[in-house]
Amino acid sequence: MSSALIEVRGLQKQYVMGAETVRALRGVDLVIERNEYVAIMGPSGSGKSTFMNLIGCLDTPSAGEYVLNGQPVAGMKDDDLARIRNREIGFVFQTFNLLPRSTALENVELPLVYAGVGKAERKERAAGALGAVELADRLDHRPNELSGGQRQRVAIARALVTRPSIILADEPTGNLDSRTSEEIMALFHRLHAEGQTIIMVTHEPDIAAHADRVVMLKDGIIASDRRQTRVPVGVLAARPESALSEV
Amino acid sequence: MNAREAVRIALSMIRANKLRAFFTVLGTVVGVTFLIAVITLITGMNAYMKEEFAGKILGFNTINVRRLPSVGGGPVDEATWRQWQRRPRLTQDDARFLQERVQTPGLLSYAHDADGKVGDGRGKVVQGVNIIGASANFFNVRDLKIARGRTYTESEADRGVPVVVLGEEVAKKLFEGLPVLGKEVRIQGFPFRVIGVMEEQGSLFGMSMDRMVVAPIRSPLNGSLFRNNVVEDIYFRVPDASLMPRGQSELEGLMRVRHRLRPGAENDFMLETADEALGFWDKISTFLLMALPLLVAVSLVVGAVVIMNIMLVSVSERTREIGVRKSLGARRRDILLQFLVEAGTLSGAGGLLGIGSGIALAYAVSAISPIPARVSPGSILLAIALGIGVGLMAGVYPAYRASRLDPIVALRAD
Repeated sequence: MSSALIEVRGLQKQYVMGAETVRALRGVDLVIERNEYVAIMGPSGSGKSTFMNLIGCLDTPSAGEYVLNGQPVAGMKDDDLARIRNREIGFVFQTFNLLPRSTALENVELPLVYAGVGKAERKERAAGALGAVELADRLDHRPNELSGGQRQRVAIARALVTRPSIILADEPTGNLDSRTSEEIMALFHRLHAEGQTIIMVTHEPDIAAHADRVVMLKDGIIASDRRQTRVPVGVLAARPESALSEV
Repeated sequence: MNAREAVRIALSMIRANKLRAFFTVLGTVVGVTFLIAVITLITGMNAYMKEEFAGKILGFNTINVRRLPSVGGGPVDEATWRQWQRRPRLTQDDARFLQERVQTPGLLSYAHDADGKVGDGRGKVVQGVNIIGASANFFNVRDLKIARGRTYTESEADRGVPVVVLGEEVAKKLFEGLPVLGKEVRIQGFPFRVIGVMEEQGSLFGMSMDRMVVAPIRSPLNGSLFRNNVVEDIYFRVPDASLMPRGQSELEGLMRVRHRLRPGAENDFMLETADEALGFWDKISTFLLMALPLLVAVSLVVGAVVIMNIMLVSVSERTREIGVRKSLGARRRDILLQFLVEAGTLSGAGGLLGIGSGIALAYAVSAISPIPARVSPGSILLAIALGIGVGLMAGVYPAYRASRLDPIVALRAD
């Protein structure tokens, strides 16, 4: 048994579209250890979305192995995948994906509802998670009463509340201005420093520059996988093209 | 996720879209409204028949010997009808024959009635009065209470003294509050002295029970308004319901002797009790209650189709929400439960609305018609169950669709 958090071997994914078979992933091997901060990059069509869906247990591979936190998930059925998503993965989306009619607190409670946590404990933990992203004073606000950055922080609180093995962020700053983006990146740094494993899919080099490791996908395989010294928060503006120039 | 959580979500969805929710469940509301209204009216009728009708028309614990059925005969074919017409009429002598021989404890009375007019002899006339000629026991047997004055005695009845006890309405119309006792009235032209006024009885199916007078059957009405010596009803009232079977079989035996019927020959008279009259009503109400589900089912099926459609729309509108929920760990059955409960809650709320409007409708109908209304607790439970059931049935397919959504596709939805 490996101690790696994520272990991927020969991961393949094919889609049948009419008469054509699209090979989105053509054999990916990747090991991610606990408390890594990984950016996954690649141009559109590189298979990075497919890869993220597989890592996030939203989809199952056509072939290959995927062991997450010691559990082989490649062959799992729908409901088992749902359980894995609930316990192991905290999603952060580009468009936040908060439920518009629910308050911040209710949104953060949602994963705990599906985990079967009782009401009182749920409220307490959700409020705690919102406190951790400095939104303790916004518990009863609905998404439309919050700024973009605040919404994304609610989403991050929702991702954190189940204490998942990994935070899986898909273009987390795609809908945010650069100042707010930095706010979110600073939050990610803090979480990482606290021991959280973070996997972030992005096509923005200056966002990827925050990670310790950048995995580049191209045409369904890993084109490069390198560790880097991440930029300190606040120097983004000074180094606009950092990560891409390295690739 | 448990069901309570799902109900909470469902209620917040309904609150967010009140008008749409209302139109979604309109079919359920209408179906349940009819259901409740009809059952409420039938229950009212049932209670009315048992508590009022039977008591007022036939009397409690009373066996009624008649030539022809009064109520409860139902439709008969022509041959039967002709046979009935050949039956001998009952006479005052028959009644006295029974009176002398009956062993079962009880009170016997006999009467004849006809519609006629009653005047004060000075031009004031009340038309369409139920004029009853009866033996002296009639008031006891039929529970007719006297408000003022007295009833006539057995001796007065036997001698045919022209005295009369007025129904409340007749007294009021003829004398308008002036003293009545001792006054003379004319019934079919014959002078009668008023010796009493009955208590008000109210109405039955909108017909006044107080538009009546009671006089000795052997008074001048005998042979004028009534066929000489003929009676229509012989009443026998036993003190307790347990004596009914004994009284019935004894009266039947005595009547057969009186009419000299050979063993095996059919009775040429009838014995009626309140139970039989109620039996006829039971047939009607059972039929109504059997036909009702068909009518209600039609509107509920239409209601279910509408709910199913709206739920399908709702599922496609909330595809992204479903994707988010799935990404956060909702299993298929969580999503299934959520949408099922939402449909059930929606339709159940429609059922509650329908219960309210059904009861209101029933009372509105009973306010403008003589049909009474009475809410039946069973019907309310039935309506709630139907309301929720319709929603659950209608929700199965949309909820199944929602639960099968691919989270990746759902998350990409607009």
